[in-house]
Amino acid sequence: MKGKPLVSIVSAGLSKFGKLEGLYAREIFAEAAKEAFDRCPNLNPKNDIQAMFVGHMGEAYEHQGHTGATMADWAGLLHIPATRTEAACASSGAALRAGIYAVLSGLCDVVMVGGIEKMTHRTTPEVTEYLAMASDYPFEQWHGITFPGLFALMATAHMHKYGTTEQHLAMVSVKNHYHGSLNPKAHMQKEITLETALSSRVIAWPLKLYDCSLITDGASCLILTRPELAKRYTDMPVHIVGSGQASDTIGMYEREGFTSLVSAKIAANKAYEMADLKPEDVNVAEVHDCFTIAEIIAYEDLGFCKPGEGSGLVEKSETKLGGGIPVNTSGGLKSKGHPVGATGTAQAYEMYLQLTGQAEKRQVGNAEVGLTHNVGGSGATATIHIYRRG
Amino acid sequence: MLVVQAPLQRFTFTGEAKAMGEQAPFTIEQFYKNMLEGKLLGGKCKKCGKVHLPPRPLCSNCFSKKFEWTELPQKGKLLTYTVIHVAPPQFQGMAPYAVGIVQLENGVNIPGMIRGVALEQIRIGMPLTLDFGTCTTTQPWPQWPRYYFKPM
Repeated sequence: MKGKPLVSIVSAGLSKFGKLEGLYAREIFAEAAKEAFDRCPNLNPKNDIQAMFVGHMGEAYEHQGHTGATMADWAGLLHIPATRTEAACASSGAALRAGIYAVLSGLCDVVMVGGIEKMTHRTTPEVTEYLAMASDYPFEQWHGITFPGLFALMATAHMHKYGTTEQHLAMVSVKNHYHGSLNPKAHMQKEITLETALSSRVIAWPLKLYDCSLITDGASCLILTRPELAKRYTDMPVHIVGSGQASDTIGMYEREGFTSLVSAKIAANKAYEMADLKPEDVNVAEVHDCFTIAEIIAYEDLGFCKPGEGSGLVEKSETKLGGGIPVNTSGGLKSKGHPVGATGTAQAYEMYLQLTGQAEKRQVGNAEVGLTHNVGGSGATATIHIYRRG
Repeated sequence: MLVVQAPLQRFTFTGEAKAMGEQAPFTIEQFYKNMLEGKLLGGKCKKCGKVHLPPRPLCSNCFSKKFEWTELPQKGKLLTYTVIHVAPPQFQGMAPYAVGIVQLENGVNIPGMIRGVALEQIRIGMPLTLDFGTCTTTQPWPQWPRYYFKPM
């Protein structure tokens, strides 16, 4: 299995990300599904797709649960087994993982995996409350610790231990907004200055508005198959060669340190080992920048640099397009947007574009190996996937 | 809607407070109820000795279900903190407020609000001590007392 493709992505779809007024989640998901079907004329969706896994975090947004069946229904895939996966912001990273289980088990030849969230019709306090459900209730929410607050606790610790500054955090935001300005599906397609980021209002010190990802509507999906069947559907498959998922304590306070996510490190190590690849082999990555500090910690947890050196990578533009390891070429959660349930497979969609040479203005030259890093909550879940051009 | 008052003198339970000791269940609710007597108690596993804060019904280290209450130190040092400006509706009236993670003198971590100090004077590593407060809510559950941290 080592170094061999686990499954192949033969098509992918992504809805527009943004404030999609007047649309219901199922209608947004149908848009993503339609793109995936159109990209793959050799696929007969009703005959070929044998199961579906769809990530969705919150039924409170639309008063609508039972998301697996709902999305299968509206994607025109009636009667296939369809299951929702929920792992907070890593819900569709978990869906992708479930799809890999299904294909590798031999039960399914072709599956659809994806994710959905419709958020923007709710008020910010409502969204804040729903997102906080991904954290520990009796010791975090009960004491007024918000979701940005948890990542702010990590930021303060990282600044204290390694000398990371608020400027470094803002640099992540500026970079990702630049990347997002090149992505026609991004929620905020505009560049920002360091000054704009640094002078934005404080949400949870040291995190400011421009350190936080966007409340966004959106859907994403992938079509997976067994590697030996990939050529039946496309000449340009992308193989998934490594998959890791790990969990950690639901209460962040119970962990040994706050400058690294143990779950992400464990998941990354498993994925690298499975792929028989090292961090330096990765050409392009999408990481879970729910807050800017999370991207800096991700560089360190994924081995793109040593612990404490993440701020240096962004300062030297190493993770910007044109740098040694471009990260979040899509604009990331910060600029493309973060419809939480859709994020994991939206990251995989960007890898699909990059590794098939379809990323247009944000294409990384000769990208051969990609990685996605999708985190749930404050790190109680992490899913890491490694991709190779087919 | 949760109403947080600071400090509150009165606490309302939906049920009776059970006496501490072996009979009291090793639950999160009981952990909070113990604070009515000014005590910070953890659940100590009788088999492997691991101290759980909060107490758990199943030892995550050795899977034993046998515990005893153990008093935890109420002093510790601040490991990390943040100042919340945008809060959930029930806390917005207190914003900006500081929350942090404190390592108690026995090495166990506990998160909570930090009060009684100017926000700009809060520093990682500063010594803090526990303070107990109460709250009333109109929600049926939970009805828990509260704790805070303050400078020594």
